[in-house]
Amino acid sequence: MTLLYILAFVLLCVALGYLFRVIELSRELKTEKEWVPTESDNRMMGRFFLVFVFVFITWSLYQIYQYGYKCLPKSASEHGLKVDELMKYNMYIIWFVFVATNFVLFYFAWKYYGKKDRKAVFFAHDNKLEMLWTVVPALVLAFIIIFGLKYWNEIMDKSTDEKAIKIELYSKQFDWTARYAGVDNAFGLDDYTQIDGGNSMGLDTTDKKCFDDIIVKNEIHIPVGKEVDFQFRSRDVIHSAFFPHFRAQMNCVPGQVTKFRFTPTITTAEMRKDEQVIRNMKEINAIRAAKGEDPFEFDYVLICNKICGVSHFNMQMKIIVESEKDYKAWLAKQKAYKTAVVAEKN
Amino acid sequence: MGNSHGHTVAVGHEHELHHAHAHDDHHEESFVSKYIFSMDHKTISRQFLITAVIMAVVAMMMSIIFRMQLAWPGEKFAFINMMLGDKWGKDGILDPNMYLALVTIHGTIMVFFVLTGGLSGTFSNLLIPYQIGARDMASGFLNMLSYWFFFLSSCIMIGSLFIEDGPASGGWTIYPPLSALPEAIPGSKLGMTLWLISMSLFIVSSLLGGLNYIVTIINLRTKGMKMTRMPLTIWAFLITAILGVLSFPVLLSCALLLIFDRSMGTSFYLSDIYIGGRPLDQVGGSPILFEHLFWFLGHPEVYIVLLPALGITSEIIATNSRKPIFGYRAMIGSMLAIGFLSFIVWGHHMYMTGMNPFLGSVFVFTTLLIAIPSAVKAFNYITTLWKGNIQYTPAMLFSVGLVSSFVTGGVTGIILADSTLDITVHDTYFVVAHFHIVMGLSAIFGMFAGVYHWFPKMFRRMMNKKLGYLHFWITFIGAYGVFFPMHFLGMSGVPRRYYTNSNFPLFDNLGDINELVTVFAIIAALGQIVFLINFFYSMFKGQTAPQNPWNSNTLEWTTPAAQHIHGNWPGALPEVHRWPYDYSKPGAERDFIPQTVPLGPDEHDGGGH
Ligand code: HEM
Ligand SMILES: [Cu+2]
Ligand SMILES: [Cu+2]
Repeated sequence: MTLLYILAFVLLCVALGYLFRVIELSRELKTEKEWVPTESDNRMMGRFFLVFVFVFITWSLYQIYQYGYKCLPKSASEHGLKVDELMKYNMYIIWFVFVATNFVLFYFAWKYYGKKDRKAVFFAHDNKLEMLWTVVPALVLAFIIIFGLKYWNEIMDKSTDEKAIKIELYSKQFDWTARYAGVDNAFGLDDYTQIDGGNSMGLDTTDKKCFDDIIVKNEIHIPVGKEVDFQFRSRDVIHSAFFPHFRAQMNCVPGQVTKFRFTPTITTAEMRKDEQVIRNMKEINAIRAAKGEDPFEFDYVLICNKICGVSHFNMQMKIIVESEKDYKAWLAKQKAYKTAVVAEKN
Repeated sequence: MGNSHGHTVAVGHEHELHHAHAHDDHHEESFVSKYIFSMDHKTISRQFLITAVIMAVVAMMMSIIFRMQLAWPGEKFAFINMMLGDKWGKDGILDPNMYLALVTIHGTIMVFFVLTGGLSGTFSNLLIPYQIGARDMASGFLNMLSYWFFFLSSCIMIGSLFIEDGPASGGWTIYPPLSALPEAIPGSKLGMTLWLISMSLFIVSSLLGGLNYIVTIINLRTKGMKMTRMPLTIWAFLITAILGVLSFPVLLSCALLLIFDRSMGTSFYLSDIYIGGRPLDQVGGSPILFEHLFWFLGHPEVYIVLLPALGITSEIIATNSRKPIFGYRAMIGSMLAIGFLSFIVWGHHMYMTGMNPFLGSVFVFTTLLIAIPSAVKAFNYITTLWKGNIQYTPAMLFSVGLVSSFVTGGVTGIILADSTLDITVHDTYFVVAHFHIVMGLSAIFGMFAGVYHWFPKMFRRMMNKKLGYLHFWITFIGAYGVFFPMHFLGMSGVPRRYYTNSNFPLFDNLGDINELVTVFAIIAALGQIVFLINFFYSMFKGQTAPQNPWNSNTLEWTTPAAQHIHGNWPGALPEVHRWPYDYSKPGAERDFIPQTVPLGPDEHDGGGH
């Protein structure tokens, strides 16, 4: 930390020193046209650009090497694999365009730096060239659009799986509550005016369908390999349910029900054995050890991804993906809404 | 066209010329009417610029404060305590509410006050009358009002920083219900009211300015200044102004409905809400309606920010490559296409709101279409450099920088536009990286380029070249250093608008990226001191500007260098005979032919030879 301060201070001094020297110099040269770039200025700036583009491209490659493994591990959901694959190809394309275009730009910036004896070529337009760079991007974009929309429609299609597990996620400042549909596999109605201490999700207590619904806090469990059909509601402001490891996200909007479905494919236990995850956890735990904190084990999380107030950064919930057997055992231990309320009243 | 008006003013000035003390009457103007409530486009342009520079410094300081928090959460900084006092920076630790407030006001100032008011206000005002050969704006009075509304709204925005509950803090997009309910966040109390008032005044300013720009460009062009002979700057300002005039009123209605919801109990945006221990009465509204209205302005807004920068650099790149801009008509066509398309893409900010997936598909399609004209522009710039004779003025450096960041930021837009991919990167730091590289870098580079290039027209002096070089390199390297690594944060799943990323352990090992970003941010911010010194020093002590320092073709360089004249040209208005890009034309004596030079006997106008 102090090192950084010192570094910043030194840089500032150097910069200021340089600055005043330049001002002094240019004052002496007042009679000359200081503002006109000389040939040596042009050469120097041209060379800087050329060096810059090499450093820039190398540095960006270095970042992929240095930070790449910190990015999200392989997708833990079925549709996520498609998202990742599409992302990969799109990244190749934009990476190529980024490198090629920047390279050509800075190469020209160097190659054609101003010289006394150089004369620019009067080249005002060329229909063929312009056609070329209208049509080529259009073709590339056509591919991007077609594949993007194909996957988008597959992912966003309504659930048709009768046996899908129904879970409602209810957001409020600043936590998540989940509701499982219970034995009837249907959610009871809700009514926000009925919210109170015992009915934090605002269920409509006159609707019998609510009675078997199961309300859980802190963590949700879902079975591997089965489709989960999520629906989202919000009590106060807009939140966003973001499941980074499952490549899933949906806003929670007050007064509205939104939906997203996915099928988890990797259990929490399996994900903990993933190489990339292990590497990251090692790093995280080394950092925690240095601060004297307990070691941490990987878990899937649901986090809030729409600014929702002061504790937006701390609105999270654990997600546990497990075998169907473990899931059923866990679910059996949860109390249905009615039993929970009755138990509380006694 | 436009001559009738031009003449009435011109007569007075021509008459004046016959007097020995030709300009005495201007000296008689009082200080107030000359510098403060001036109706002269040049003075108004300088007023806009200086206000914007001050606003930019404020917004930049904010970004440094919250970047320090993100890199070293929990660390105590005397600097933060000094800037924010004990209330918001107790013991040198940034308060989480203040964090959100700073992010919000930073974004608002940068987007609206610096890059909309500042950029368009400065350069449209300065260049429209100069480059089309007009004495002034169509209405000097409305123009003056436009600045003073801008000034007032800036004061209110800055003033809101000092109130009890702190300024607005729901993000610059102020989505309700967060922004509508004072119970939801302290910033939605008085702070939000002030934000809304300030922005309403800002919109008034922007509309007054925009209407004036459009009318001036259409009506007051000098003889021979056909639309197809206008410099690309003017085309850019025209399209920008049209976008603003069409979209800002929508923002105003959007804000008005929010004001109603906040203070009159209506429910345009509210429904089924339980907050502060009680259910609200409002039912039937939809926060999504707000998002539609907001982004109907919000997306054109990013082009309102970008197009003037692109126009400015088109001019600078052509001048300093000593070549005509490549594909003049294609450049105009692509700006028109971008302008049109920008109105039908707003939904790409809303893929995750639960909108009908089919509607989402439509927005994917329109959004990706915009990439085509954008690509055409980028390639045309690059071809303009090809076989040029590039003169590296600081303005030219920033222009080349703009082309680079326009490409680098543009390509990540393809990811965000693709709804399937947006599922994972929506609202993460990937977005922050993307929009800073396109808006933050490109538009700011365009603004710097404009300042270096037209400083002589604004202040009659030259800025220092060497300091300009230093400023460019610190800014260019620093800015990429700040925003490139942010892509990786985003792809690790880090959401934006988080007070800290280390509250739960998942992102703990991203601390090194966060530190790197902040160090670059501090370096880049310090680099701006070089600019400020150069700017203010040159204003008073810079070398005296000649009439046409860059050997440029456009009309502003035909006005006298020595003094600012009311009406711009001492004699008759100049007459235009050719397009503005005759640089290095074969057969010409020098490597530039000003627009006022008549065509030779077998000479063709425009790009043909
Ligand atoms: C000194 C250079 C700058 C730095 C270090 C910086 C940094 C940041 C950071 C870290 C955020 C917060 C991201 C988040 O948590 O969501 C942010 C937000 C933002 N910045 Fe900048 N920024 C800079 C310059 C600019 C410029 C030039 C613009 C002009 C377009 C700009 C526009 C914005 C906007 C619109 C937001 C979003 C505010 C919001 O989330 O409501 N910034 N900036
Ligand atoms: Cu939230
Ligand atoms: Cu947009």
